[in-house]
Amino acid sequence: MFLDYTLRIGGEAGQGLQTIGGALAKIFSRTGYHVFTHQDYMSMVRGGHNFYQIRFSDQKVSAYRDMVDILLALDLNTIEIHKKSVRDDGFVLYDSETIKKKFEGPEFIDVPFKKIALDVGKSSIMANTVATGAVLGLFDLGLERLKEILKSAFKKKGAEIIEKNIACAKAGYDYVLSNCPRCEAVEIREPEEKKLMLIDGIQAIGMGALMSGCKFYSAYPMTPSTGILNYLASKAEEFGLVVEQAEDEISAINMAIGASFAGVRAMTGSSGGGFALMVEGLSLAGITETPIVIAEIQRPGPATGLPTRTEQADLLFILYAGHGEFPKVVFEPGTPEQAFYLTNRAFELAEKYQIPVFIQSDQYLGDTEWTFENFDVEHLIYNDYRLREKDLEGVEEYKRYKYSDTGISLLAVPGESGKHLVVADSDEHDEEGHIIEDAETRIKMVRKRLLKKMPLIKKEIEAPLLYGDPSPEIVLVGHGSTYGVMKEVVDILSKDRKIAMMHFSQIYPLSERDRFDYIELLEKAKLAISIENNAMGQFAKLIRAETGFEFTHQILKYDGRPFTIENLKEEVDAYL
Amino acid sequence: MPTSEDYKGQVPAWCPGCGNFQILSTIKQALVELGIEPWEVLLVSGIGQSGKLPHYMKCHTFNGLHGRTLPVATAAKLANHPLHVIAVAGDGDCYGEGGNHFLHAIRKNPNITLFVHDNQIYGLTKGQASPTTARGTHTKIQPYGVPSEPLNPLAMAISLDCSFVARGFAGNQEHLKELMKAAITHKGFSLLDILQPCVTFNKVNTFKWYRDRVYKLEEEYDPYNRVKAFERSLEWGDKIPNGIFYKNDKETLEEMVPTIRKEPLVRQKFSIEAVKHEIEKFY
Repeated sequence: MFLDYTLRIGGEAGQGLQTIGGALAKIFSRTGYHVFTHQDYMSMVRGGHNFYQIRFSDQKVSAYRDMVDILLALDLNTIEIHKKSVRDDGFVLYDSETIKKKFEGPEFIDVPFKKIALDVGKSSIMANTVATGAVLGLFDLGLERLKEILKSAFKKKGAEIIEKNIACAKAGYDYVLSNCPRCEAVEIREPEEKKLMLIDGIQAIGMGALMSGCKFYSAYPMTPSTGILNYLASKAEEFGLVVEQAEDEISAINMAIGASFAGVRAMTGSSGGGFALMVEGLSLAGITETPIVIAEIQRPGPATGLPTRTEQADLLFILYAGHGEFPKVVFEPGTPEQAFYLTNRAFELAEKYQIPVFIQSDQYLGDTEWTFENFDVEHLIYNDYRLREKDLEGVEEYKRYKYSDTGISLLAVPGESGKHLVVADSDEHDEEGHIIEDAETRIKMVRKRLLKKMPLIKKEIEAPLLYGDPSPEIVLVGHGSTYGVMKEVVDILSKDRKIAMMHFSQIYPLSERDRFDYIELLEKAKLAISIENNAMGQFAKLIRAETGFEFTHQILKYDGRPFTIENLKEEVDAYL
Repeated sequence: MPTSEDYKGQVPAWCPGCGNFQILSTIKQALVELGIEPWEVLLVSGIGQSGKLPHYMKCHTFNGLHGRTLPVATAAKLANHPLHVIAVAGDGDCYGEGGNHFLHAIRKNPNITLFVHDNQIYGLTKGQASPTTARGTHTKIQPYGVPSEPLNPLAMAISLDCSFVARGFAGNQEHLKELMKAAITHKGFSLLDILQPCVTFNKVNTFKWYRDRVYKLEEEYDPYNRVKAFERSLEWGDKIPNGIFYKNDKETLEEMVPTIRKEPLVRQKFSIEAVKHEIEKFY
């Protein structure tokens, strides 16, 4: 058996769950454990019930489990809600004085977080540091890494605060060591000393944009996409980006288009409701052939829906968004690593074909942190397709929409291209970019902009990933954020079945089938199950529309929560 | 030096006698007199009769969506600030559909110029009320009279401490040209509202109607007095003042963004070498 622990930290918004969880996740990843964290939070700044869950293992982990080994309860509500999820050999760490209730039973470890904080740190604020130390004490993992984190977290507050926090952490650690006889049975193996990087989907998209030469990001804050805005704003001054908080999403996308037209790589992002406001702008990018990248981080709708929860229900909306016909590409990463590389790919295709490209994701992938050994920057692509001064030497008369065999016209930078003028129009236009209404030009432009580009774009799309048995009898088919949980369920079931996962991260257009005929593979399988985080099986509809293949079995989840390993396995088992 | 011929574009498809003709020829003259070359200008327009103006000129052009000129123009300036960015919009376009952008562009204060062709009516869609149509005006869809108060763009802009607020009249080209030149050379967001007759759909606000009413703000008028400017902006009716109502020379959006203080964004080369170490922050 490999080591595989799940720790759940629960409490109210504002109690510091993210600080405790973030510190512990970092300690585990720096120790060399593979980590998977997941956040479940309500749409409020104070109160309610939230939890932060950390799974850590000496093997790769990519999903979250219902059952937990350690529950750290910062309030009474947490114990009442999650007690049933604690394993028989698990632990509940809590402070009976704070929550005003004492629990009996071998799993309960009553640690006086607040009293220790007052005694040792002279401040009840440090109770969370005591709790963090207590969790580490349970595993007897040592305090060195927590000390590093406390030193950097409280650097601005001075040496005294740092020392007090370290003392509090140690007191919590020691308290559990000496007051938890059952903890001695906790098995822990230190992995080989190798720090792993810990990154969530949103950060991976942000870093992917930064490393793809994105120079302009405009957005209006909207959960769960705001993290991209935060990440890029924090890098703007150092790396030469302009990050603009727009007055609304209509402005956000028009700004991205304006910046891109003026000569820089530009991106915008939102969730479904905000993206709904961007749709006219999307169509503008389409007809003006302005490259932009759009991140749409889904949350459950309709309308305001469940603001802090997850769903994959905007797929068909994104696919069909924008009035009129124009090419677009939609990527939906399954891991932060895919999010990083696909964001880079999104910029490459947007710039090369002068089209809008989507990074579609959701709250679940956006907020889950994963560990990786590294992201290889050598694999990133950066081709500057924009033409300046000397690039246009020999061009007698520049026409922004000049007809070509590929449908791609030269993209000049206004003001940086000598005397050449760049004219873009949201009206149908001629090669120069001026407004027209005649049928002949219209036909030529539709061919140039859409019909010639589309087959070339399709060739750029990679086939879905097949994981597990190469000629499977059972195939779990999914897209985007269900990657991790499907993979773990396949791992469990592959012991006695010929089973595989087929995962799509490049969902529109679908890849050509000449290199890998994924539809043939589905037809040959005894059972192909489409798995989606929505109520209508939207991806299955897309597959049917594009290939004619119809799924007879689907597993759909639309409660606003992601699949857990246990519940997906149970649903798959029911079909076997 | 540029000439008017350098700016000559397609033949306009406006109604004969439209105030847009004067606006078009005045923009060209203003640019020529300022010595600005066509490749140094980006005209951003929306939809409406005003939106077509860039096609009848020759310079960099982005003719975007109805109401969305200002976000495009603001971002284009941030990305490529050596360009003279001029947004041309209509009263429906800028004060109606794009009203929110109008407010926030004034607040952001990019160094761009906004010319609003204000004919107090919708021309392209054939005669509906615009945000500046007088209350009580009868139209096809407001047969009992427009129930809303007209929007006062100047008072609104002054209340938001807009960096440059002016009004001109298409029928007074010499004065309009001076206002355009002042607006283009002003550092900061410049609003020039241009009174312009719609000869087809607005039978009230004709050339004669305006000529009988417009007058220039006095020589000694101080445009740096905001309260006074607000007071003068409320004058409307028998007498309509034209000129520069308000100026506030303040820091522009581009000056507030440290990234582009030294070099325009568009000229800053990207290198993966410079950013690749950011991965280390995640360990």
